[in-house]
Amino acid sequence: MSNPLADMDKPDVIFCIGTNMTECHPVAATGIKRALANGAKLIVADPRHIVLADLADVYLPLRVGTDSALLLGMAHVIAREGLVDQAFMDARTTEGMAFLEHVERFPPEWAEEITGVPAADIEQAALWYGRAERGAIYYTLGVTEHICGVENVQGLCNLVLMTGNIGREGTGINPMRGQNNIQGAGDAGALPNNYPGFQPVTDPENQEKFEKLYGKKVDLENGITKVTALEMCGDQIRAMFIDGENTLVSDPDRAHCEKALRSLDFLVVADLFLTETAELADVVFPVAAWGEVDGTQTNTERRIQRLRAAVPSPGVARPDWWVISALAKRMGFQGFEYEGAEQVFNELCEVSPIYHGVDWDKVEEGAYQWPVPFDGHPGTPMLHSDEFVNGRGIFNLVEQRDPAETVDDDYPVWLTTGRRLASYHTRTQTGRSAGIDYLLSEESLEIHPDDVDEWGLADRSWAIMSSRRGSVRVRVKATKRSPRGTVFTTFSFADVPVNALTGGGYDPITQTAELKVCPVSVVPE
Amino acid sequence: MSDNIDGGGNGALSTMTLDGEDVGFTPGETVYEVSERYRREIPTLCYDERLEPFGGCRLCIVEVEGSHNPVASCTTKAAPGMKVTTKSGRLDMHRRVLLELVASENRDLDVDPMSGYASGEMATLLDRYDARTGRFLGMQSGTSHPDDPNPFILRDYENCISCFRCVRVCAEQEGDYAISVMNRGFGTQITTEFDGILKDSACTFCGQCIQTCPTGALADLKALASKDVPGETKLTRTICPYCGVGCSVDLMTRGDQVVGVLPAMDGPANHGALCVKGQFAFDFIGHKDRLDTPLVRGDDGQLHPATWDDALDKAAAGLLAAVDNHGRHSLYVVASGRAPTEAAYMMQKFVRAGLGTSYIDNCSRA
Repeated sequence: MSNPLADMDKPDVIFCIGTNMTECHPVAATGIKRALANGAKLIVADPRHIVLADLADVYLPLRVGTDSALLLGMAHVIAREGLVDQAFMDARTTEGMAFLEHVERFPPEWAEEITGVPAADIEQAALWYGRAERGAIYYTLGVTEHICGVENVQGLCNLVLMTGNIGREGTGINPMRGQNNIQGAGDAGALPNNYPGFQPVTDPENQEKFEKLYGKKVDLENGITKVTALEMCGDQIRAMFIDGENTLVSDPDRAHCEKALRSLDFLVVADLFLTETAELADVVFPVAAWGEVDGTQTNTERRIQRLRAAVPSPGVARPDWWVISALAKRMGFQGFEYEGAEQVFNELCEVSPIYHGVDWDKVEEGAYQWPVPFDGHPGTPMLHSDEFVNGRGIFNLVEQRDPAETVDDDYPVWLTTGRRLASYHTRTQTGRSAGIDYLLSEESLEIHPDDVDEWGLADRSWAIMSSRRGSVRVRVKATKRSPRGTVFTTFSFADVPVNALTGGGYDPITQTAELKVCPVSVVPE
Repeated sequence: MSDNIDGGGNGALSTMTLDGEDVGFTPGETVYEVSERYRREIPTLCYDERLEPFGGCRLCIVEVEGSHNPVASCTTKAAPGMKVTTKSGRLDMHRRVLLELVASENRDLDVDPMSGYASGEMATLLDRYDARTGRFLGMQSGTSHPDDPNPFILRDYENCISCFRCVRVCAEQEGDYAISVMNRGFGTQITTEFDGILKDSACTFCGQCIQTCPTGALADLKALASKDVPGETKLTRTICPYCGVGCSVDLMTRGDQVVGVLPAMDGPANHGALCVKGQFAFDFIGHKDRLDTPLVRGDDGQLHPATWDDALDKAAAGLLAAVDNHGRHSLYVVASGRAPTEAAYMMQKFVRAGLGTSYIDNCSRA
């Protein structure tokens, strides 16, 4: 997030797109509700009539995979109505003129054709955001889990740059991170293209720096993403070590994923439970859970916070850092002598420019939001207040692109996937917490009541849903939260492995899977 | 119910007198907020600092010079030159009678502290003001909802004192408006829309109502299920393990067992708020399915328990065989977005320092 969570009740116009925040980030959503109580306007764009849509001043029910068209239509209106912040564009951006010309081609009527959202509503949303004193954008995976995820984010950046809604309290472009420490995992360098602190591996200076630190020359080329690695399993990739991920249930195209993991010569998994993925492993390491380990995690607003052990682990389960370093030592790797999480964290701070000034003892107070470039630095709650990291903000001339797969006679229905309030991902944790079953005991496929009738189904009946890759049997739930022609489910329940269906395409830049769009057929069992 | 006797002061002075001491204040502050800042002990029951002042319980009364009757400090704005007394025999007498009135409605004065964050507030005040007299025994308001089968929130309205903190936290803090008030006087009943069970209401089971309730009328059923686990309850500050918001929580433990979660009111990302997962989905860590030993696949194709030594040897040999036979680019590692940052750092060091590759990713792409 460019801005802190504490800013969420401060905007006068809020634009939420592709974020089911009341279910996926419920505590953050309380900030938006407070902003509404203070009189803020809420624009919600989502294919499903989610709870946020109930609260919206204008709801934009776009067809799945048409975010770019919607954003281009909004940019057109902002430009046409003279709501551009010219001073901001002159001072802090580049390619602005080309962008303003570019969007002339995309009036709201054009966007209506593609998105299905009435042009008048696109117009209204654009006018509100364009006129905002403090306009803030919040988005989640609904924007990024597309083959055009990067372009969707660039489309949002274009709106921010043309209106100057950045670098001030209550504004900004704010992705809500989905997992407790997905931010920290990236910060720490668990990425194929970056050392800790997002230092590119392709930079020879970084190579040299880490050669000195680690005593090993690391390839100057980027590594490969997990998506590519799974493609190459059994071929170039012969062994894997997976820590704390139920890849088989959470990743797209389950059949492909299972075949890939089974084709490995050797698989090592570290986890809390014998997950579906761990069941395929040659060696399984038991790790300490939350509540049993000391360490840190970093939240969606870049706040570094302290995790503490309260109870011992079962049996001989050990913290992840211990397991990984023990294995490294056993393999003869150098530099893996550690006494505790604090020592590991301090080493990370030493090698990472964005954590460099972080003091373990002060992490206690949760006071640091990175970057914290030097000792005594207070942290940076808001990014981009004076300048962008790369100097000027660059407008991108994005266009609308179709999803990897589109509906046809065989697969006439759009499936979009997501999460629900009471369950978390593949339920390895929430599924084992007493009482959660009372709120959510089984998977269901949310279908508009008129479609339920038209497709020969009934509420709570069983349906077979198929894509080009696989089929699942799932219980039908009739609800107007789904629009006509679009159905919704989650990947929470192992007995309805919806990832057997998804995986039609990937963003060419980030290789993020298009989990939000998958053409399917839905028929009675 | 306005006690605002702000005498039209324009805030230019911004000093007032508190128990004879000159104190500064920020225009807009209430007398209660100023008194809190200067460490006066003013009792409250309907007050939750995260919510709008309500002025319902009247326990926070103070004397203001020029005003005949004591006023509620939570709804009275501080004004320049105002002279306030927070402690006197008269105030103590008023507060004691008010507490005795409140206590008359409340059958169970001793509440298990596992009930919720604020559940001991009333019992503590009754002791402080020696108000356990039964002087006003009589009618009661509120009917319990033992028929609500939800596994999280106890609804024992016989202990309700109509402070409306639950109603207000649900509306103001959560924006859910699931809890409402029915009837008035002794007929007052905290309830949901259509007086049904919580699951059929707008309730999201975030647990905020049980944490603000000062009497344990709304209480944490999951924590109470462990009230007979021996040992003192210990609190450990940590961060919720679910989404990326990073809510601060205090884990409640007894011995080696996690028995509940309290929201951290000073958590920088949540200020006391939680959702159903952070509040109630904690007991997976003690689940019987937890792996408690390494497992190694044997010649029979099955996974068998092994020692760390054997498992590490087997894993190291298996991974090194791939590297030896197919090169260092044949080994790939996946770091967790759920484990601590130290785990992710160690994983990237594993491939970079160990193999000189960046053959690593985390679960952010799917």
